Amino acid sequence: MGADERFGLNKGVRLMGPVQLDNGNAFAPLDFAYECYGDLNADKSNAVLICHALTMDQYVASAHPVTGKDGWWVNMVGPGKPIDTGRYCVICINVLGSCMGSSGPASIDPGTGEPYAMDFPVITIADMVRAQAILLDHLGIETLAAVIGGSMGGMQALCWASLYPQRVRSAVVIASAARHSAQNIAFHEVGRQAVMADPNWRGGDYYGDDTPPAKGLSVARMAAHITYMSEAGLTEKFGRNLQDRDAKSFGFDADFQIESYLRHQGISFVDRFDANSYLYITRAMDYFDLAEAHGGILSAAFQGSKTRFCLISFDSDWLYPTAESRRIVHALNAAGAPTSFVELSSPFGHDAFLIDAPEMNRIVSGFLGTGQ
Amino acid sequence: MTKLRPDLAIIARNVSAGARVLDIGCGDGALMTALREHRQVDARGLELDAANVAQAVGRGLSVVQGDADYDLGDYPNKCFDYAILSQTLQTTRRPDLVLDHLLRIGRQAFVSFPNFAYWRVRASLLAGGRMPVTPHMPSLWYETPNIHHTTIDDFRAFLQNREVSVTGQWFLTGNRQRRGGLANLMAEHAVFLLKKD
Repeated sequence: MGADERFGLNKGVRLMGPVQLDNGNAFAPLDFAYECYGDLNADKSNAVLICHALTMDQYVASAHPVTGKDGWWVNMVGPGKPIDTGRYCVICINVLGSCMGSSGPASIDPGTGEPYAMDFPVITIADMVRAQAILLDHLGIETLAAVIGGSMGGMQALCWASLYPQRVRSAVVIASAARHSAQNIAFHEVGRQAVMADPNWRGGDYYGDDTPPAKGLSVARMAAHITYMSEAGLTEKFGRNLQDRDAKSFGFDADFQIESYLRHQGISFVDRFDANSYLYITRAMDYFDLAEAHGGILSAAFQGSKTRFCLISFDSDWLYPTAESRRIVHALNAAGAPTSFVELSSPFGHDAFLIDAPEMNRIVSGFLGTGQ
Repeated sequence: MTKLRPDLAIIARNVSAGARVLDIGCGDGALMTALREHRQVDARGLELDAANVAQAVGRGLSVVQGDADYDLGDYPNKCFDYAILSQTLQTTRRPDLVLDHLLRIGRQAFVSFPNFAYWRVRASLLAGGRMPVTPHMPSLWYETPNIHHTTIDDFRAFLQNREVSVTGQWFLTGNRQRRGGLANLMAEHAVFLLKKD
């Protein structure tokens, strides 16, 4: 398949879809930006879809074009890695609503010639998945050996298994949940209000000038970043240590290392992420409740499923705590789906899934390796 | 494949081919692996220890980390042909409730446990006046996971009270199967196959 132009790195395509959205409307055209690692085999049975989290992107195992940093899951994806690109054709697609090449609020609306901004439809996790299915149709991939994702990626993996059970042979759901809790929604709302309170946001119409709502997005990122770490992890890493000084300044500089760290996280985030995309994707996550379309019965979302599931949670993750994974496991047991689940111990909170963890690697590679 | 523990070997021999099985306290999945490979069984597992779960999942088994005392309530009625509880009953907080769940989830249930009335156990308690330490109960009193020891006769009385029928029983001493005569005195270990109509 080496000569197939549809596969490879830095790929992009515009498809006419349309995708049917949960808001009742159809949306087209659909731009997709995606990365493919490894070769699709002759019977097209070795495709693995990796779904990315809120602020991640398709650069799962390739350098980020803006930051130049390594891919966000290089520990997990590559030749000989748990998700072995020597065996699998691994695909990662920038989600609908994002800002790294797939259709999102910063994209040009062909109807007006202007960026969609807030005219972009409010989308859901299921809409992202339906759009991905359209790209996979284009790639000629009917069934996926696995759909794998952490955090929001895990929500997409669950959604994939529920919407397209015949297309998904196995699903790996890490540090995720089948619904957003009130606390999850609350933190996202803080972030959105921070963006919208920035005078540079201007109702979302900031694309013309070079003055995006950087302050607001940066504060949103700072608040969110706290939720990705654990209290113990923060204490271990920063404690009450002061930043480049011997004494408190009795002012409002970043006296503490944790303040300096968060400010840095906020500022560097705005260089690579669009504020409106942040609004849209957090909204999609808040709207996520897989049981909702099934009368509130989560197991009904997986009834008759032949998909194998593997769920992993982390004991210090308070954003998507183990109880949320257990709720999914109980539903899968009730639906009779083959399910594995383990809670791993880590000091790193929600972000643990992004950090090299031998136990997680072993579980994912074992789970995938035997699914042939 | 490594040799199965004798009580597991008995269970493995007596599970019908192609059955659906839930192994509660499945450890690293040794029994599940044997059942899958030799009897084409659709096996699922529940195990408390994360390292054991990781090992079992690494072998391609479907194992959920969970606790027999708390997590059996979520399995639907009669969704398995067999529910298996090997060497785990005496470690649960409420063996009676766990057994109720076992017989609710499985059409039949295998239960194996060490017999606290085995003569060596009796002798060690009688002669030494100390809590017995045997190959089947190797831990000292303060660190043993076995918090609800039982005897074969206690277990039988318990089954009778609950109108649970015994459809098979096997006894072991020193890893060898033995006849059922004087089992409560002579057997170190028992395996029961149970059914509740």
